[in-house]
Order: sequence, then C-alpha cells, then structure tokens
Amino acid sequence: MEFVSTPKRTKAMKKLSFSSLFAQLLLLLFVIVWIAPSFGLLISSLRDKDVLAISGWWTSFINTEVNEIHRTLGMDSQYEENGYYYIEDNLFGEDKPKKISSFGITSKDINAYSVGDVATFKDQSEITVDENGNYSWKSESEFTKKKGKRIFISATSPPSFTLDNYKEVLFKEGLGQAFINTFAVALPSTLIPLIICSFFAYALTWMNFFGRDLLLATVIASLVVPLQMCLIPILSIYNDFGALFGVSSKSYPGIWMAHTGFGLASTTFLLWNFLKTLPKEMMEAAKVDGATHYDTFRRIVVPLSIPAFASIFILQFLWVWNDLLVGLVFLDKNPSEIILTAKLKELLGSRGENWEILTTGAFISMSVPLFIFFSLQKYFIRGLVAGSVKG
Amino acid sequence: MSIFSLALTVLIGILFFVMFFHLSNFLLDYYQIKKSKTLTYENSIRAIIFIAPAFIVLFVFIIFPVFETIRLSFFDKRGEGFVGIYNYAWAIKDPDFRRSILNNFGWLLIVPTLSTFFGLVIANLADRVWWGTIAKSIIFMPMAISFVGAGVIWKFIYDYRGPGDEQIGLLNAITVALGFEPQAWLTIPLWNNLFLMAIMVWIQTGLALVIFSAALRSIPNETLDAARIDGASELKIFWSIIIPYLQQTILVIWTIITILVLKVFDIIYAMTNGQWQTEVLANLMYDWMFRGGGDSGRGSVLAICIMIGVIPILGWNLYQHRKEQKL
Repeated sequence: MEFVSTPKRTKAMKKLSFSSLFAQLLLLLFVIVWIAPSFGLLISSLRDKDVLAISGWWTSFINTEVNEIHRTLGMDSQYEENGYYYIEDNLFGEDKPKKISSFGITSKDINAYSVGDVATFKDQSEITVDENGNYSWKSESEFTKKKGKRIFISATSPPSFTLDNYKEVLFKEGLGQAFINTFAVALPSTLIPLIICSFFAYALTWMNFFGRDLLLATVIASLVVPLQMCLIPILSIYNDFGALFGVSSKSYPGIWMAHTGFGLASTTFLLWNFLKTLPKEMMEAAKVDGATHYDTFRRIVVPLSIPAFASIFILQFLWVWNDLLVGLVFLDKNPSEIILTAKLKELLGSRGENWEILTTGAFISMSVPLFIFFSLQKYFIRGLVAGSVKG
Repeated sequence: MSIFSLALTVLIGILFFVMFFHLSNFLLDYYQIKKSKTLTYENSIRAIIFIAPAFIVLFVFIIFPVFETIRLSFFDKRGEGFVGIYNYAWAIKDPDFRRSILNNFGWLLIVPTLSTFFGLVIANLADRVWWGTIAKSIIFMPMAISFVGAGVIWKFIYDYRGPGDEQIGLLNAITVALGFEPQAWLTIPLWNNLFLMAIMVWIQTGLALVIFSAALRSIPNETLDAARIDGASELKIFWSIIIPYLQQTILVIWTIITILVLKVFDIIYAMTNGQWQTEVLANLMYDWMFRGGGDSGRGSVLAICIMIGVIPILGWNLYQHRKEQKL
C-alpha cells in the first residue's frame, strides 16, 4: 500500500509547493487586473446616477453614510390619547427606508441624539426617533402649526442597484435604435461574404480554370492590405454612384458591400483552408455519379462545412459589430443609420461627464459580443486562431 | 427607418445573393440537361458563376482601390491635377505627420511585445492551476469587445477629478490612496500614449494567450519531464525549452498584432481624438479624408505609409504560400 500511494503524495505535495503557490498568486493578480475594468463598468451601469457621480464603483458594496433632513407631519395628523397629543409617522414616508444611527433637532448639532433617545423642543414637546425612521412626537398641549419640525438624521444606506440607467439610455438617448441599426449592418455584412466566398473558395479548391493560382495569390496578398488603403477610392466611387443615380452615397447596401469587400479575403482564405482538407475522393465520386458542381456544393460541401461556417460567421459578425471606422465613413450619423460604436463615440463627446449614460451605453454595445463569447466560445476561439490575419 | 422596413431591406439584401447563385446554377443545370453540351463548356460557365461575384467585389473594393490610392497620392486634394511628389514632401515637413510616425513606432514596439509576453506568461501559469480555464476565459474576454467599448471602460478608469474631490476613476483613486496628487492621465504628453497602449495590450493579450495555450500542448511532455528530472527550475525550463519551442508561434502572434497596431484608429479616436500629442497615422488619415472638404492626396500618402508597414508581411505570406504549393 505504502508503495502505491507514494506517487500520489508527491504530486499533492508538488501542488502545494512554493512555485505553484507563486503561480497561483501571479495568475490571480493577472485575472484581477484584467477583469476589474469590465467589472467596474458593469457595476457602474447598475448604480444610481447621483451616487455614481460622487463615489467610486468599488464603494457600492459597502453601506454608505448619509446625512439627510426630513420634516415631520403637521397639526392635521395629530391625535389625542390620555391627555397627550401625538403625531406619529415614518420620516422616510414613501422613500426607501434607511438605517438611522443618530438624529438631531437643530442644524447646529445634527447628531445630538442616538436612536431611541428623547429630544425636547423649545415648546417642551418631546420626540423620539427609532432605527427604521418611525417617530413619535408627544406634547401636553395641542399642536398648532401646519408645518412639522425639521429632523436631521445620519443614516446608512445599504448597497442598491437599479436598471433605470438602461431604461433611459435605450429609449431616451436613442441607443435602442442604434442597436437595431447595428444588427441591420452586421447580419448582411456577415452573410453576404459567407455566401459569395463559399462559392469562390469552392472554385479555388475544386475547379480548374485559367489563372487560379494567380487569383489565390491575390486573395492571400489582400489578407493584410490595411482597409485605410481602400477607403478614399471606395468613398469616391460611392459619391459618383450616388450623384449619377440621385441616391444617397451613404446607405445600408453600401456599407454591406464595403464590409463584404474588406472581409472577402479572410473569409475566402479560411474557407479555402478548410475545403482543401475535405477528401478528394468524395468529390470525384460525386462527379462520377453525374453530380454537377452545384449539386456537389449544395449536397456535400455545405453540410460538411457547417462548423467552419459557424467560426467564420462569428468572427466576421463580431468584426462588423465592433467596427467603428467603416461605419463612420459609409453611414450617416443621423438616428436612422448610426451604429452603436459611432453612437457611443458621440456620447463620449457630448455626455463625457454623464458616466451613467456612458457605462450603460458601453455595456449595451458589448452585450451581443459578450453573449456570443460566452455561448459560442469554442467556435469563436477556433475562428480567431485561424483567422486573425484579417487586414 | 422603422424596424420592419429595415428588416425587409436586410432580408432582400441577403436573398438577392442567395437567389443569384441558385437561379443561375439552376438555369445552367436545366440548359445542360436539355442540350447535353460538352462538359468543358458547362464547366467554364459554371466557374464564371462561382467566381464572378467574389472577383468583382475583390476588384472593386480591394484591387482597384489599392492602385487608385497610389495614383491619388501624386494628385491634388480633389484628385484632378498632377502634383508629383508634393504630397510626400508635405508629409515629411508636417509636424503632425512626424509625431504620428513616432507614435506609431512606439505602438509597434510596445504593444506586440507586451501582449506577446503577457500572453506567454499567462498561458504558462494557467497550465499549472486547476482554475486555469476560467482564468483564460476572463483574460480572453476583452477580445470580444469593441475598441470603442474598451475606450469607455478605460476612460472611466483614467477619470480625473480635482485634488479636493473624491476620485471615481480607479487609477486616480489608487494614486490618491498612495498619497500622490491625482493626474489627468490622458493629457500628459508622451505618457498618455502609454495609457492608450495599455488598452490595446489589455485586449490583445487574450489573442496571444489562446494561440499560445494551443501551442503549449504541442510541446512533448517527455522533454519537460526529462528537464525536471535533471533538476531544471521552472524558470530555466521556460527560457530554455518553452521559448525556443514556441519561436514560430511567437513570430506569428507578433505579426498579427503588428498588423493590427499599424491600423490602430478607434482607441485614439474615441479617447483623445489625437489631442495631447497622441495622433497616429490612421487618425491623421481619417482627419485628412474629411478636413476642409477632404484632401485625397494627403490622405492617400498617409494610407500608403500604413501599407508600407505591412509589405514585408505580405511578401512573407506569399513566399510561404508558394513554398506550400510546391510541396
């Protein structure tokens, strides 16, 4: 027995060794540094905007101390019992209750009494306030003033989070429309290249035609061409086209085709890389059976390529979703065309100090990528590792 | 536009391409069965149907623009009158251009180095602990976020309030807690570039990480075990076995991030818009595309400067491709 268990024990000991502990701590440090920024954004977007503007997001988990002024009710709500007059209610009324630690009756000394103590006003009436804001004001004579007295309190408020910022940003700031616009840009800009390039990649892999190698070399060269190199001529083509037909040079079909152009090389290259791994015998068998290239493409290649399609779809979709430059150049900035990233940049300029709007807006723009990231991480990583060469 | 007309536009756009391929191929099949033409004839039309759309897009959106941009760089702001090398001469004398080039060099030097380094270190660490997968996931997450989104996240971190106020930016809160004066980080020339680069490193480390963790698995365990039995320290193993083994991968990641950094635009546009001496080539180019009605000559020169940076990589890719084809 002793002999058998030895390797296990050394392994366990190794795990507890100094270098392993050091590795754990170092990795933990990296993880904290990497997640803190996004985490802060998420927390901030859920905080009340007044609190957000005056305190760091890291303080939102602990109770915060606040000083407030409340007013008691007036003579209308008094009642008489055993020869005394009483006014009783809760200081917070309709507001969210807080936990009171001390109270006062003059502005000079706002912490004069602890909860439960009896404070005496000048007219000899007595008031006591308890922890949750209930007060009882007692007097020997009838209350005669319409207005109540001011009560100063120090209270701690528990951490509180709200979705109000999201409501405001989505509906009042126009991010909801931008969200829809971004979908209207991203879906065709992902599917069109996928359709065109799957035929193209098929031809490059399985058809023999003059100039095939040259075409393939052109695709590979286009992979790394920075899109800045193409912007000015495309913009002027669009302007000429718009002037010629009397349409706007900035339109959804325009940006779809621009994204198709910029994504064409990488999509084709990735698909070509995948298609050439398919067995040649299968294609030849189909041909012998009398299948045309289109039959082979539809019935054999497409079903086999679904995982590759998924990776490429995710990659291109995220690229388009996250793009700013192409959206700025080829779409208008009016509400019916502006995309999320451009809208966010606009808010950074115009609402630079309104962190509740910025953090919430950023989180909304990140929601779709993050959803894809967490649900389809496998395909995302696969596509990214294969296709990070995009130009 | 209402959501329905937008959805309809999208649907028509996508269906157009589906129908193009389906109908044209269907017609060809039909025609072929009827006339039973020779296979070569059928194949050449088929090849045209398969290739033409992609080739037209490739030509209109990549090939033609590349040569057109080169041509435009020798023409005036409207692209009409030939001005020789005037635009290039302007660029060399322009202080904004010089600063952009210097900043771009800074980005090229620092971002790929740090991202690759962090990616390598984290991939190694994550391999040793049981919660490594979760850690990798967290560090990889920024890869999914847009640069503008990342810009907002980090602008919040760099937020500055006057010395008396409570700091809501994390960096200034730490600075104050350590007993220093709060700083408006993004407005300090030279240093602010580093703060912008940090964002890119934060994003790209994830990419390096996933590629490295895939590559690490290809190192044979026997080699590592042999080294351990011989008493090599983990640090020694890292430097003498892992790094040499991953040389090729390091080069690939370096190249990928370099291409990306050459084109960096969004982060600077969103964070400082090139103020406080942070401009880079891509921002300057965007500026000249629209400044004063747009200057296509100067914009093209700036685009070409970015292109020059990728030419060695382009050549290397083509060389590799030819080598593979010959095998």
